[in-house]
Amino acid sequence: MVAKRIIPCLDVKGGKTVKGIHFENLREVGDPVELGQYYAAQGADELVYLDISATLEGRDTFTRLVERIADGINIPFTVGGGIKSLEDASRMLEAGADKITLNTAAVENPGLIDSLAGKYGRQFVVVAVDARRDDNGIWHVTTHAGSHTTDRELFAWAEEAEDRGAGEIMFTSMNHDGTKSGYPCDTFARLSEELSIPVIASGGAGSIEDIAAVLTEGCADAALAASIFHFGEIGIPELKRELVDRGVRVRVV
Amino acid sequence: MIAIIDYDMGNLRSVKNALHELGADYKVTADPRDIREAERVLLPGVGNAAEAMHKLRERGLIETILRLRRPVLGICVGMQVMCRHSEEGDAECMGIFDAFVKKFEPGPELKVPHTGWNTIHNLESKLFKGIKGGEWVYYVHSYYAGLCPDTIATTIAPPRFSAALKYENFYGTQFHPEKSGETGRKILENFLRL
Repeated sequence: MVAKRIIPCLDVKGGKTVKGIHFENLREVGDPVELGQYYAAQGADELVYLDISATLEGRDTFTRLVERIADGINIPFTVGGGIKSLEDASRMLEAGADKITLNTAAVENPGLIDSLAGKYGRQFVVVAVDARRDDNGIWHVTTHAGSHTTDRELFAWAEEAEDRGAGEIMFTSMNHDGTKSGYPCDTFARLSEELSIPVIASGGAGSIEDIAAVLTEGCADAALAASIFHFGEIGIPELKRELVDRGVRVRVV
Repeated sequence: MIAIIDYDMGNLRSVKNALHELGADYKVTADPRDIREAERVLLPGVGNAAEAMHKLRERGLIETILRLRRPVLGICVGMQVMCRHSEEGDAECMGIFDAFVKKFEPGPELKVPHTGWNTIHNLESKLFKGIKGGEWVYYVHSYYAGLCPDTIATTIAPPRFSAALKYENFYGTQFHPEKSGETGRKILENFLRL
């Protein structure tokens, strides 16, 4: 069986890595390529780089950075943030990205998933879904980093994204993101049950227990986290050893 | 010179980088003359097998590849098009390897695409010199080549499938050596030294 994956996520602005708490109050944590190489050597299974600059100038800087990442890293990496069109995605592919994530753009223009999967294959397209659970337990899909709530419901949207050609779903609970309070495992388990593509758990990891829980009870195929790795709170080798001890199949290098 | 066949099936940057790291002299090309003269030929490929066959045919490369007598390595879809047939787009393939390419059935133990790191076993070729059974390589694919006499490595998705194939001078890996860290680097290095 394929191993459960551990994926550090690096937010990038102006060519530097940052991490937001609830996407605000950014703190700088290093050079993206160096940090990526460090994580790869530590046993990260993949890397995700998100461009949070959202300016045209920032896009160009990011594209050049993607080329440097492709040249400097020999494990797969995904890029996202502001990919709105076939052209944006093609530019990332040409720069050397293995996959792209679509978030707001997929909700606003679901046909983009079909065109990208049709042109480059399902494995290229990761659909990131941010959702917030209301008091009645209904998950509402949000866009624009959680600032807009849409009338889409999480499970229906995830299934539609799969049907349109998504190769993976990356789900972030906006109730948990940045809080280090753990993942909503029941929701992940249901997503995993309803989808036949891999599910990546994002946003909320505060401890090794949280990650172990989402990979076992939550049946997620991969766990993505940022700050706990960037600030050295949890080392990837230590995390993987703990996961092995708990019977989770992970790659140990 | 190593020829990397460019037939517009995915990004070649990581394959180029891997060869560059190994100090190999390579050329990205679709010119049959370059391909015939190369000491080693790489046929990468990401995407749809039927489309890959179509593009190879369009560029007049099928005969060129079939006639090669120096080591050739197909990667991912590049390996699949060297099999007999693929269910993906019901494609007649080159028929170098005696294998049929089928679609994975998703189940409780398998998400499709089969995405991520998995282990290789039953290693039976110089391609895996210095590699131990149980080492990890990176996969991303929805179709797989079944087991056959040409199988030189296996992985369990489930089912168990051909992680790598070999027939005479032709080699293929379903996984991406160029994305498989140190293990992948060794496999590519072995290919260059065959």
